[in-house]
Amino acid sequence: MATQLAQYEEVVGPQVMQELSIVADHVGNKRLQNINSTPVGGGVAELLTRMVPLMRELGVDTTWDVIKGDQTFFSVTKAFHNALHGKSTEITDHMLDSYRATTEMNLREMKFTGDVIWIHDPQPAGLIAAKQKAGGRWVWRCHIDVSTPDRRVWNFLRPFVEQYDASVFSMPDFAQQLSIPQFMVAPSIDPLSDKNRDLSENQVDQVANKFHLDREKPILTQISRFDRLKDPLGVIAAYRLVKSRRDCQLVLAGGGAADDPEGFEVLQEVQSAAADDPDIHILLLPDGSDLDINALVRASTIVFQKSIKEGFGLTVTEALWKRRPVIAGDVGGIRLQVLNGVTGYLVHSPEGAALRALQLLSDADLRRDMGENGYQHVKQNFLLTRDVKDHLLAVLALDHPDEDVVHAD
Amino acid sequence: MNPIGPFHFYTERRLVQLTGIKACNLSELLEHVKDVPGSSIFYHTHHRFLSHHFQKPVVYNDFAVWAFHAVQAETLSEKLAILDLREFTSIRQLRESIQSLIESQLQESNGQSRECLPGQEFQFCKSKSFIMPTGIVAENPADLLVKLPTITNVSLYFHFVEARLRMERLTNDFSQWLNAWGEKALAREINSIDPYGLTLDELKSAIVKLIHKHGVA
Repeated sequence: MATQLAQYEEVVGPQVMQELSIVADHVGNKRLQNINSTPVGGGVAELLTRMVPLMRELGVDTTWDVIKGDQTFFSVTKAFHNALHGKSTEITDHMLDSYRATTEMNLREMKFTGDVIWIHDPQPAGLIAAKQKAGGRWVWRCHIDVSTPDRRVWNFLRPFVEQYDASVFSMPDFAQQLSIPQFMVAPSIDPLSDKNRDLSENQVDQVANKFHLDREKPILTQISRFDRLKDPLGVIAAYRLVKSRRDCQLVLAGGGAADDPEGFEVLQEVQSAAADDPDIHILLLPDGSDLDINALVRASTIVFQKSIKEGFGLTVTEALWKRRPVIAGDVGGIRLQVLNGVTGYLVHSPEGAALRALQLLSDADLRRDMGENGYQHVKQNFLLTRDVKDHLLAVLALDHPDEDVVHAD
Repeated sequence: MNPIGPFHFYTERRLVQLTGIKACNLSELLEHVKDVPGSSIFYHTHHRFLSHHFQKPVVYNDFAVWAFHAVQAETLSEKLAILDLREFTSIRQLRESIQSLIESQLQESNGQSRECLPGQEFQFCKSKSFIMPTGIVAENPADLLVKLPTITNVSLYFHFVEARLRMERLTNDFSQWLNAWGEKALAREINSIDPYGLTLDELKSAIVKLIHKHGVA
């Protein structure tokens, strides 16, 4: 068995890997071509970086190409992204023309070699125009939250999307009324990545020391961008309520504020709310801090994700995987992960978060049991191996569009 | 050479398919329950059996869970939750029962029903199942006892639950096969197990226990 498969088998067990191999065998000689908009940075690039090699090791011929675009194009697609997330954004005709022009340029330059072509997210969605000439089956994989999309952008994209053979969304809430099949593939984390792999206690200690954390005192942590929708001020309010009854520390760690005006503003608000409390640690982490983030979560007693709105919330998955109970906002995909009272608690206010934190801090057995449940929940449902299996099943599904039960002897 | 042939264990991989259809209140739920594909009714009454459970849920039925939490129709929820899925031999019958319970509730409330909060809509899904051989084969009833512990819960679910209702076979696959082997009492007893009151691990143990009891080994 190739090295990477053996490593995954150590984590997920032989049955899961055996299942994956069987499905991969059924996919057979089909060539899969992935196309997205960036080779590095962002969730899709992160996923493809790990998924493509794993598929290859499973014997599936898989490639990955990236479209080209200038700054104007990417500022347009960023606006699309915000609008699809339901954020009020101005979309002009000029922006739509820029999207079309870049799509045309990529259509001229790209080679479409797959039997099944996976187009990730809106940026390259217009490449569907090549379908008739290139042949093959085309799937649009939408990774973003489109539960309440801006109608103008969605109406612009929809005619592209409906030319695909199928679409894939991350959650039932993101489903649209479409004339093509829509499959659900939940997001996943990679247990072997730097952000999630096992670390020694010594490594965790080193990172805790680097950030001046006292491991003898409970650590409450939220890892997220400095964004109002993640409610960092609510987390500080919850921490203060806990702190008045039980000594503890708070870590608010995130990145990406420097090039994001709103993020910078929120960071300032958070710093101001923290005042001079030496037990509040606000950490602005640069790109490439995956090992530090991993260690910070492992050093934590409890992890918060007090979002007010959330797509899926992979930071929750990452904390559960490290056997940390999670106290989180009762929104979006968090509900699929934080099973209330089983893997953590769903809350609706800083008071609720503080109440549950106090309960957990006073009960080590409860923390341990919830941590174990969270780990098992992620292992069963939200690891890369399941994601790969679902992607391969979607490939098989393309050959059986009208059958609910497919006998794949 | 026996005339019946061995038992081939199959397993199932499923992909969730989204329909884009959603309901915000009981009237909309009723409207869509009448129209959605049978595979959607099956999905929402069965998918929780295959989920990894930390504790045995009391309610497996998505319609019942939604009625309780999203639109506070507690009475309807209880009536939906107690539906005995073993009594149905087709999805059509199951759909009609769910439909009739929602209709009764709406009649009692003069057609009024609460609207759920945004984000709590009932999202109709269905699943596409891929049935694949596991390569595990039981040559005879005694061998079934040897092989059963080695199969996955998904395979057990396929032969015991899905085969009956979704594939509309009259009984579960094990009972059908054992019956053909002349193990009629054992087949009957296995068929009388209520899978909906057990976890899949418990179901497996119950079947193994019955085979032992009948001295097949």
